[in-house]
Amino acid sequence: MLPAALQLARMSTVITITATEQHLMDSFILRALAAGCGVALVAGPLGCFVVWRRMAYFGDTLSHAGLMGVALGLMLGIDPAIGIVATGLLVGLLLLALQRQQRLATDTLLGILSHAALSIGLIAVSFMDKVRIDLMGYLFGDILSVTGMDLAWIYGGGAVVLVLLAVIWKPLIALTVHEDMAVAEDVPRLPVLLTYIVLMALTVAIAMKIVGILLVTALLVIPAATARRFARTPETMAGATMVLGIGAVGGGLFASTTWDTPSGPSIVAAATALFALILALSAVRRSQI
Amino acid sequence: MTTEVLIDVRGATVTRGGRRILDNVDLTVRRGEIVTLVGPNGAGKSTLVKIALNLERLDRGEVRRAAALKIGYQPQKLALDSTLPLSVRRFLTLTESHATIALQDALNEVGAAHHLESSVHTLSGGEWQRVMLARALLRRPDLLVLDEPTQNVDMAGAADIYQIIAHLRTRIGCGVLMVSHDLNVVMAATDRVYCLNGHICCSGHPADISRDAEFQKLFGPQAASALAIYSHHHDHTHAPDGSVTGSVAACAHEHGHHHHSH
Repeated sequence: MLPAALQLARMSTVITITATEQHLMDSFILRALAAGCGVALVAGPLGCFVVWRRMAYFGDTLSHAGLMGVALGLMLGIDPAIGIVATGLLVGLLLLALQRQQRLATDTLLGILSHAALSIGLIAVSFMDKVRIDLMGYLFGDILSVTGMDLAWIYGGGAVVLVLLAVIWKPLIALTVHEDMAVAEDVPRLPVLLTYIVLMALTVAIAMKIVGILLVTALLVIPAATARRFARTPETMAGATMVLGIGAVGGGLFASTTWDTPSGPSIVAAATALFALILALSAVRRSQI
Repeated sequence: MTTEVLIDVRGATVTRGGRRILDNVDLTVRRGEIVTLVGPNGAGKSTLVKIALNLERLDRGEVRRAAALKIGYQPQKLALDSTLPLSVRRFLTLTESHATIALQDALNEVGAAHHLESSVHTLSGGEWQRVMLARALLRRPDLLVLDEPTQNVDMAGAADIYQIIAHLRTRIGCGVLMVSHDLNVVMAATDRVYCLNGHICCSGHPADISRDAEFQKLFGPQAASALAIYSHHHDHTHAPDGSVTGSVAACAHEHGHHHHSH
């Protein structure tokens, strides 16, 4: 059963829009905007660490595992979001454990985990004849179907993530600069990295709703890569990433409602456009000097 | 020598992937002394350093550390992703906070005065090593571990760096454990050399080492004679607190065969 709001959002694009429906659409868009901005605020600083620690593939793995989490949640009759966080944590811990062995490189491990999780998730979902789930919605996100409950989850969960990130910020940066050096100087490696993985799993679960499993990493990586062009400290980079993320959400939603393009991909395309714009601007500025 | 033992490795044996990397290695670093590990590539120098830093597990043997040992570690190089914007100021305060004036003093002392706000990504090899030493100066460790502190530094710069290391040792009163390839220069600032090739081939004062048959086999007679020329500068005795009067590195350029008394 599709949520009523989603059905309406879809229908509204094909039928003539009446005044009441226009009003409803507006509230969808406001909710969508609020949700998108919330996600951008959380994804910004976490995305910076994904870029700094060269963990883009890790983001992919976590989000791919998310589909498995959705299936798990539906099977157990719990909120899919809880399933997503649970599988994310599982995959994160598995990776941390597997990294201790040195036969296989981390990117190979992630390649295995990521695609295994996606495949198992897709198979599990295909077994569910009783519950029809909106697979496209999970894969590419459906920001226009955001409910008040989703908003509470995004802002509540997001606040927890940001507070915890602030707590581990300094040691995590030290570990990112040079892990052995930080450990030799008594930075508690394991607690900090475990917290980081929990935060990543939460963030992916939050962001999935907006851009979908396949595009979560883009939302984490692209604004951060854009911010690097002008940031001079880790903190300004994180702040700029938040602002750029909000810009991408705004631009993507505008495109989505104006030209009826899919919302998740539109947000990612807007983020990419911002990246290209900043890249071009800094190239022009450099040629002028 | 009765100075405090900072770290004492006994019978360290490490096997990884079926290959024995370290075999029954003993290593001691005392407060106020500079100990240098030399040896060919793959000799296990980095592994031994990691054991001293408590980053690597031993298969056999034991490591004893002085109580509440504060370690400063200067890694070989920072494989730092250029996507992480980082100024020297920020690098110096990664794990500890310091007042700006303290940061500036430390940079002045190592000859990198005007780099406080520079990005670490734009530093040259020599500047980078100086900044790392400033970091050690601020941290005031009991044991300073340096992995190839003169990598990507030219000969003149390297002599400078060793002079700063010798200065730090006296200034902070720490023990120094370093890895170096730089046989010619490093010996001038070294109290004890461990020649490593899976096992300890030989260890002792640079002068004694140079006459060792195993050392000559590993590095060739030329290196050994270079060592002999420089090493006699170390026929000095340490003060009870481990400090050496006068800068050891400062006289490294004097190649004569007369005897120095410090």
